[in-house]
Formats: sequence, structure tokens, C-alpha cells
Amino acid sequence: MNVNSNASIIEVQDLTRVFGNFTAVDRISFEVRRGEIFGFLGANGAGKTTAIRMLTGLLIPTSGRAEVAGFDVFTHPESIKKNIGYMSQKFSLFNDLTVFENLRFYGGIYGLSTRDIRHKTDELLERLDLAGVRDRLIRDLPLGWKQKLAFSTAVIHEPAIVFLDEPTGGVDPITRRQFWDLMYETADRGTTVFVTTHYMDEAEYCDRVSIMVDGRIDALGTPAGLRKTYGAKNVDEVFVKLARGGSV
Amino acid sequence: MKAFWGFIKKEFLHIFRDRRTLLILFGMPLAQLLLFGYAVRNELNRADIAILDHSRDEVTREITGKLLSSGHFQLSAWLESEAEIEEVFQRGIARNVVVFESDFGRKLIREGRADVLIVTDASDPNMAQILEGYTANIIREYQQEWQMRNRMAMSGVGGMTSGAGGLAASGIIPEMRMLFNPELRSANLFVPGLIAFILMLVSAFLTSIAIAREKEMGTMEVLLVSPLDPRQIIAGKVLPYLVLSIVNVFTVLVVALVVFQVPFRGSVILFSLLSLLFIMTALALGLRISNAVRDQQTAMMMSLAGLLLPTILLSGFIFPISNMPVILQYLSHIVPAKWYLIIIRGIMLKGVGLEVLWMEALILLGMMSLLFVVSIKSFKIRLE
Amino acid sequence: MRIIFFILQKEFLQIFRNRLMLGFILVVPIIQLMILTYAATFEIRNIDFFVVDHDHSPESRALIDRFVASENFRLTGWSASAADGELALLGNKAVMVLQIPAHTGRDLVRDGSAPVSLRFDAVDGFTANVASQYAMQIIRRHNEVAGVAHLASIEPAPTGIAQIGINVSRWYNPHLDYKIYMVPGILVMLITVIGGFLTGMNVVREKEIGTIEQLNVTPITKFQFIIGKLMPFMILALVIFSFGLLLARFWFEVPFEGSLMLIYLIAATYLLVVLGLGLLVSTVTHTQQQAIFITWFVFVIFILLSGLFTPIDSMPGWAQYLTWANPVAWFIDIIRRVMLTGADMQDIWSSYLVLLAYGVAFIGSAVLRYRKAAA
Repeated sequence: MNVNSNASIIEVQDLTRVFGNFTAVDRISFEVRRGEIFGFLGANGAGKTTAIRMLTGLLIPTSGRAEVAGFDVFTHPESIKKNIGYMSQKFSLFNDLTVFENLRFYGGIYGLSTRDIRHKTDELLERLDLAGVRDRLIRDLPLGWKQKLAFSTAVIHEPAIVFLDEPTGGVDPITRRQFWDLMYETADRGTTVFVTTHYMDEAEYCDRVSIMVDGRIDALGTPAGLRKTYGAKNVDEVFVKLARGGSV
Repeated sequence: MKAFWGFIKKEFLHIFRDRRTLLILFGMPLAQLLLFGYAVRNELNRADIAILDHSRDEVTREITGKLLSSGHFQLSAWLESEAEIEEVFQRGIARNVVVFESDFGRKLIREGRADVLIVTDASDPNMAQILEGYTANIIREYQQEWQMRNRMAMSGVGGMTSGAGGLAASGIIPEMRMLFNPELRSANLFVPGLIAFILMLVSAFLTSIAIAREKEMGTMEVLLVSPLDPRQIIAGKVLPYLVLSIVNVFTVLVVALVVFQVPFRGSVILFSLLSLLFIMTALALGLRISNAVRDQQTAMMMSLAGLLLPTILLSGFIFPISNMPVILQYLSHIVPAKWYLIIIRGIMLKGVGLEVLWMEALILLGMMSLLFVVSIKSFKIRLE
Repeated sequence: MRIIFFILQKEFLQIFRNRLMLGFILVVPIIQLMILTYAATFEIRNIDFFVVDHDHSPESRALIDRFVASENFRLTGWSASAADGELALLGNKAVMVLQIPAHTGRDLVRDGSAPVSLRFDAVDGFTANVASQYAMQIIRRHNEVAGVAHLASIEPAPTGIAQIGINVSRWYNPHLDYKIYMVPGILVMLITVIGGFLTGMNVVREKEIGTIEQLNVTPITKFQFIIGKLMPFMILALVIFSFGLLLARFWFEVPFEGSLMLIYLIAATYLLVVLGLGLLVSTVTHTQQQAIFITWFVFVIFILLSGLFTPIDSMPGWAQYLTWANPVAWFIDIIRRVMLTGADMQDIWSSYLVLLAYGVAFIGSAVLRYRKAAA
């Protein structure tokens, strides 16, 4: 990992992914700076998840170039995996294990020591207000709590970057609020947060956002910058303008 | 009602869209039929035999020749000493060794008695017994011939009228007739069993797993809050498999009749009706299992242990029930496939109808009604 | 190594948490071994037979008594009407009908011979065949006993005729106990089912639920993942195998001629095949349903053609060659030889190598096919 640059931690150049004759991601280019919260916006089916899967090493790109935490996605996907956390859109904790068992498992496979695991687990549960359910099965918890736990497992090893794919989908407004607090805290500790969402109001909380339409990134900048460029009240309006065929 | 049809359509689409599963659903029964028809048999072919001949005279050569030309045996090794027998068995070279003592021929002529030892690898006792029987019979036959030849030699041409030939024709003469399956083909035995097995597989096994899947994936909740009545949900889940089962029965049946020439002597209508009864029984069993489990793995283990193995082993499909210990014979009474098998073997091979099979049909009907009541009652409207 | 420990811990927790499942994994195979071993037998005993006696003479009575006295036959009914005999065959009440025509006794005394009719329900051709051989033996013996007395009055009994003394020796299973033969085979079937099905389903389940994606973004290597997935089922299968061996030894009194170490070595090697196959299936399927069907399909063919239930020698030539490609057949053959005949490594090394080769091939191709990233 190259620590010398405080500029960019993700660099993407013309990244493309084709499935059969369908181009899911079409020559996207952007960079993400260390420590920022980067919002990756787009409608359902715009190609967000495909892009995130390429950046996390789950999917091999068709062409282009991408470096995550200083490693190339083509040649060193396994090195990338040591430096990232990922919370997928599909719920990914083990239903038949307890909260603690899930955290211990993920801590363990990221190479944390037994003491660190116990320490981190207690700290995370304390922070999430979930210390009381440490030994309950995941299956028995409400969705919002599960989402918060999924987030904790994604950051238990204090990765350089955490990728969150629609972390707030289907979650009530209060929990959503808490979620963003968590993200800020995480970013404050120096972890870069890469988050996808289709709630446009959430975009306002990001340091910078990109908007994806039909596999391409049509706009990129700070929320304020975008509002100005497109002459819109909020990011939502920007998005609607872009989605209507790009005719600005 | 419209919602119900929409639901049924969705269930069919689920099955037919998954090409891989569909291929297996139709390919598997046919592959199994071909296996049973061509390969899985309990008839006896040529067995490997080893000979240890300490004598090597004319008599032992003649006996060996008779053994090898009998059609039951093929020679796999000539041994030099007793020590080699163990090796022959351990390496699996032969299951049967014939040992002639030294001076066999001379002893037979001079002392009137010579000894031969048949050693079998009885780790498969059935096979051992059969091989032993064949070998002993061939040697006995040779002995009779040999005696006749000698007597003829002693008493001249006149010996023709008396002697072994005359002895054999006296006493009670059994006339044996093999009914229903005169060529003793195992396909005739196995095909009806296979039909029962495939029905159990498609109707019970698949249904239980399909419903367990909905529970595991959480889609069952959606169905339960829909305006559909629980009975409609059950019907919708079960109907596609009912159709599949019926199609499977007839495919297997047609292949069995055309390719393997398995006879069908009874009424097709009766066969269809009683098969439907069995399919319903199996579906009810599948439902009952899916009600008891939460995920597909458990459903699979339960079906495997509770349905498929009993159908293979306790129904008379492969192993005759009358050979089993009494307690298992009683246990076999609760296996629906046992009754169904008696019914379809009766219809297909013996050409009988309800006048003989009424009791079996009633038992099956009783089982079906009971299981359906139990499984509909246990179908949970609320998920725990 | 530490990572593998965490994966194993997780897998075992999951297995042990599902009590119902654990019960099925551990208890059911043992019950099955008990039941199946008794059920899976071709020993033909208790052949039900029905008598239609039109003669009612001392001679007919004597013949029937001889059948009744034999341990292989069981009299289920008796009638003077041929139609009843017919019905007994049609209605599965008897496998054999012995019909004795009128005047049999008279003809026997007068002509020295008389026909009787034996009809068999040959739906089960194997049973019918064995039954007819038994019947033939009984009648022959009956004729000998009755005939010697009869012939004695006509001509002097032949003396001084040379005899071939036929002696038999049944190795490894002198009492011809079929259970001893079946136990090792059924044990094989049980660990095949546990190992093969559960491994495949386990991996596909993570795919289906989505947890596998989370694992794929972690630094777990493919090797660690596969070891973590295979080991629990290898251990479970060996535990069941051990229970089975205990049962075999102390309940069924199967003699253990071969070395226990060798038996375990062979079982572990065979499990590589089974687990590898399960894993291989999981790499080509998307749902547990598909995994079950494919595994089922493959194992049904393997087991049916393995010589477990029906002897390989009875198969047509081409099917016997097919058994070369069937790891289950190799394992059953080896384990029977080692357990029952005391074969050692020297006797079985060539078969063992084949088994090992299958193990390596299956595991190897499963490892090669498993991908952390989609292409």
C-alpha cells in the first residue's frame, strides 16, 4: 500500500464491463481521495453494483484500468481484499450464528488476534448500542440492527476503504440517520467510505458524488458544485435532469 | 380464483425456466430406467474360477473342461499350491477355487473314491452358495456319466437299458413352470419398482425441497400474506409436481414397454387411477416433511431417510420382503410404495384387477387420506 | 492456518446449531445401518407355497411333508381346487404352487413314476429360480429315499460304484451370513450420502443466500476456503464411519480381518472423492435444488452400478467396464476385501491407487474450478 500520497486511494480509468452484448459499465473514470465519503449514485440498474464488484475484486473487468489502495484490480485482487471492507446489497451475515460469532469469524479471517477480536467486538457493539444482543442469533434481529452489524463486520479490521452497497435500503429514517453518523465516524478515523445509494437526499451528506446513468458517469463533483453546474435546488433535481436523456 | 391461476402459472414457470433442473427431472428417470433395464441385474453370468489340480490326469482334465464349457464359469487362474488360494480371494481374481487331490483319477478307479474340494470366497454368501451349487452339480453330472461309461465298459452294450438314465426317470417327476415372467428377466421385476421410486422422488422429494426453499429464501412469507388461501398455496405448490409425476410415469412406462418389452397385461385405466392415488400419497408426504423443516438441507436429509431409502429397501423393489426379519416385514406395511408395488406388478405382469388388488388399493387410499389431512392441518399460516 | 481455524469454527457452529439436521446426520445413518443391513438380503428363505392336492394319498402327504419340513419353504394354504392355487399366485399369497394330480400315489406304486406340477410366480425371477432349485433338490432327495426302498425290490442296490467325494469350504463367512457382506457396503453408502450431499449443498447455500460474496471480498484464499468447507464433513463422515464400524464389529459381529489403520486410510481417501464431487457440483450450480438433483443423479448411478446391491458379475460386459469409472465400486470392493478377507496394502495397492487417483482428480478439479471472482 502506498502511504505517501494523500491524494487518491481509488483511481479508475475507462473501466468497462460487458456481459454478452450488454455493456453494464461503460468506460467510467474517476478517483476517490483518501478519507473522503464518496457517494456513488445511480438508478437501479445503472451499473453501480457491477462497478463496485469490479473494484472489490469480485468481478474481472472487460477493459480499462483501476487501482484500489494502490493495487491493480487485474493483477492483485487478493491484495486489494486485505485492505478493504465490503457490505453487499444482499444481506451477508450468517443467520444461524450469534452476533458475536459473526464478528469473531470476520475478525478472525482478517487476521485479528483473539484479544483484538474481543476488544473490537465489545467496542463496536457498545458504539452501536447492541451490547445486549451479543449472544442472540442474527435470524432473530430486526433488519435495521442487522444492517448495522453488517457494517461493523465490514470495518472490524479497520480497512483503508470500505465499500457499502446500498447500506440503507429498507431501513427506517432513524436508523438511516445513525448509519450516516457511523460513516462519519469511520471516515474521521481515516477510512475512506465508498457508498452507493439511490436515496438522493443522502447524497447531500457526501463529500463528493458521482452520478451514473446507463453505465456511464454523467456527473461528478461536490454536492454544492453539482447543484451550481446544473442550476438545481438539490442533487435530486440534478439526477432527474441527467436521467431524462442527458439533455441539459 | 384469478389470483390462484396466476399463482399456479408462476409455479410452473419456476420449474420450466430452470433448464438444468428440468433436464434432470426428465433425464434422471430415463437414465435410471436404462440402468435397471440393461445393467442392474441379479441374474448370474459367467463367474471367475481358479483351478488347483494336484493330479493333472485325464479325469481332472475332463472335469475342468466340463466346468469351463458349462457357461457358468471362466478360468481366471491355474494355481500351483494351496497357499495361493488366499491371494486369489484377496486380490479378487476369483471367487471359487476347485482343488483336485493328487492321484485323483487313479484313486477314483482303484479305490472307488476320490476327493475334490470346492473353496468359495463366501464374503458374498449368496454368490458363494450359487457357485458352490453350480460346481457341485457339474461334478455330480460328470460322476454319473463316468459311472455309466464304466458300467457300459464292464457289462458291454447291454448296459444301455439300465443304469443312470433309467434311475433318473423314476419317482416323482416335477414339471416346473415359471409364470408371469418365464424368462426370469430382472427388468420385469425392477421396472414397476422403478416407477414407484421415481414417483416418490418427483412427488415427495422435490415437493418437500421446493417448499423448504421458499421458507429458507423468505418468499413463503410473501405468499402467506397474499389473499391466497393456505389450501390454494398448497395446491399451487403441489400441482406442477403432480403434472410432472404423471408425465414421468408415462414416459418411463412407454420406454419400458417399447425398449425392454416389459409386458403390460392388465387395465391401463386401473393402472392410471391407482398411480394417481400413489402420487397423491407421495405429495402429501412431501408436504408433511416441508412443514416440519426450515431449510432445504434438512428437508433433503429427511426425505432421503424417511422416503427414498424405505422405498428402495423396504418396498420389495430390490429385496424380497419375505426374506427380511419379521419386525422389518411389519415395518414394511407402513411404506406406501410396498402396496403400490404389489398393485402395479399385479396389473402389469399378472394382469389382475381390483378383484385381487382391492385390499392394497384400500390401504393406499387410507394412507393418502390420512396423510393429506395431517399435512394440511400442520401447514402453518404464521411462520415462527 | 489461523484463518482455517476460524472457518472451521464457523462451520461447526452452524452444523451444531441446527439440531434437527445434526440428528439426521448422526443418528439416522446408524439406524439405517441397522435396518438396511437386515433388509438388504438376497438370502432366500421362507418361500411361501400353496398346495393343491387332488390325490390325498399317503404318497402325496409324504411329499408335502418333505416340503414343510424343509427350512426354506413355508406352507401358506391348502386346497383341493386348482382355482385356489391360481388365486394364491395372482394375489401374492404364494411364490410356488405345488399341484398333485389325482392318482399320483397309485401311479407311483404301479409305474414307478408320476408327474406333479410346480408353478412359480416368476415376477421376481431370481427368487423363483432359487425356489425352483430348492424344490428340485427336495424332490430328488424324496425320490432317493422313497426310490431306494422301491428299487430294492426290483434289483439289488448298485454296489461298488466309484464316488467323487465333494467337499466344500467357505472362507471368510462360513455360515453364509449375508449381513457380514452387506455391512461394509451399506457403510459406504451412508458416508457417501453424508459427504457428497452436504458438502455440495453447504457451498451452494452460501451462494444462494449471498454470504459467499462477503467471503469472496475477504483475503481468504481459495485453498483455505475449500479446506474449511471440506474438513467438517470429512470429520463428520469419519465419525459416522467409526460408529458404523463399532456397530459392525459388536452388533453384527463382522470379523475385522484387515488392519484398522488401512480401513481408515481407505475411507479417508474415498472421502476425498465424495467431498470433491460435492464441491465440484457446487461450482456448477446456483441453487441447492440443482445441487441436490445433480448429486443425487450421479450417486444413484454410482451406487446402483457399484455392486452394492446386485453383483457386478451379473452385469452385462459393457456395464462391468463402466464400473472402472465408478469410484464407489472401487471403494466397496476394496473395503470388503480388507475387512472380510484381510487383504493388506500389497493385495489392494493397484485398486487403492485408482481410488487415490479419483480422489486427487475430483478434489483437484473442484479446486481449479472454484473462483473467487466472476470472469
